[in-house]
Amino acid sequence: MAQSPVLRPGHVVLRVLDLEAAVVHYRDRLGLQEIERDGQGRVYLKGWDEQDWFSVVLREADRPGMDSMAFKVISAAALDSLEKDLNAYGCKTARLAAGELSHCGERVRFTLPTGHAIDLYAQKDYMGNGLGRVNPDPWLEGIKGMQAQRFDHCLLYGADLDATIKVLTEVLKFDLTEKVVDGDFVIAAFLSCSNKAHDIAFVRHAEDNKFHHASFLIGTWEEVLRAADIISMHEISLDLGPTRHGITRGRTIYFFDPSGNRNEVFCGDYTWYPDHQPITWTADQIGRAIFYHDRKLNENFLNVVT
Amino acid sequence: MQTEMTFEVRILDTGESFPCRAGENILKAMERLGRVGIPVGCRGGGCGVCKVQIRGGRFTTQRMSRAHVSEAEETVGVALACRLSPMSDIDLKIVGRMQKKMACATGASQPVT
Ligand code: FES
Ligand SMILES: [Fe+2]
Repeated sequence: MAQSPVLRPGHVVLRVLDLEAAVVHYRDRLGLQEIERDGQGRVYLKGWDEQDWFSVVLREADRPGMDSMAFKVISAAALDSLEKDLNAYGCKTARLAAGELSHCGERVRFTLPTGHAIDLYAQKDYMGNGLGRVNPDPWLEGIKGMQAQRFDHCLLYGADLDATIKVLTEVLKFDLTEKVVDGDFVIAAFLSCSNKAHDIAFVRHAEDNKFHHASFLIGTWEEVLRAADIISMHEISLDLGPTRHGITRGRTIYFFDPSGNRNEVFCGDYTWYPDHQPITWTADQIGRAIFYHDRKLNENFLNVVT
Repeated sequence: MQTEMTFEVRILDTGESFPCRAGENILKAMERLGRVGIPVGCRGGGCGVCKVQIRGGRFTTQRMSRAHVSEAEETVGVALACRLSPMSDIDLKIVGRMQKKMACATGASQPVT
């Protein structure tokens, strides 16, 4: 296994039914910073500890869900060579001009076999986290709500999991870190391009291009409980938690934005190194794989997607 | 003091009914009262799980995902319960249903216990 030229999830573009309600949710409840709005009315936000210009883009539309998820790659040369590799593998790509998303460089877009649009880019303008780079303080004052530090990963639903895993591992050099299997049949897959337990994950599902959740990192289990308090204070639609995942070990809570897109805030997964071996969960233990305490699956968690 | 206006929501499939305040969505009213009947999903008009068809009475809706309620459906009273508020007593049929969507090797659904 090699280190991937892909650095990390860079941003996610989400569709929402009511833009202002969504901004209140992502800014004041999750605690992302509203950075700017563009000519198309799209809203750009970032977590307080992120260095680049934005990590979440909200777009008003007649149906919620995910437009695309983007990954930052290590250099312009890596972007060019990944584009060639994708094409050689049989994946069509398209170039999206620099500035199409504000402050983001040129993007290479391709569609995963599960139907999801994935963008790669090498450049996004630097904003910094507001703490400076010389003798910085450890955290920023005045951050709202759950105080999400950064965008972390997405879980996506679609049919051809095997082909999606193949593109991500063979072309983009992601590692498969964990999987749920029924015999040889892969039900769910967790993949990393970095040191994290996952940067993107998939669950097999009849319908393609479905969005399960976008996840944001917070600091501690105490902060997960505090997120749960905020969910009740503001009557946010709770999915489930606080609880623990068997898979990735994350301590977590799930809830919905005002348009029905699921969010997660979590803390405490493990460190992945590219020489590690993947973890396997068997279908008969799937309850504890996903919800380690309840040890059973929740209908809504499985079935509710946008 | 003004008394709060409430309307009766009747689920024709089960014959059950519950009261809903004016301006409140019927899914929220059902959950607040600890009642069941209409499937509950995202509560935000996005997932389509709470889809119903109004068979009698007046109501208003907030924006709903077009992926789940088409314009044609909307004209015949199909709506998402989490985005629907009554303006009179209403009768409804349940359209949405929790489907088991996680596939497994046999093609059948994963047992959810
Ligand atoms: S519960 Fe998801 S659309 Fe109503
Ligand atoms: Fe997650």
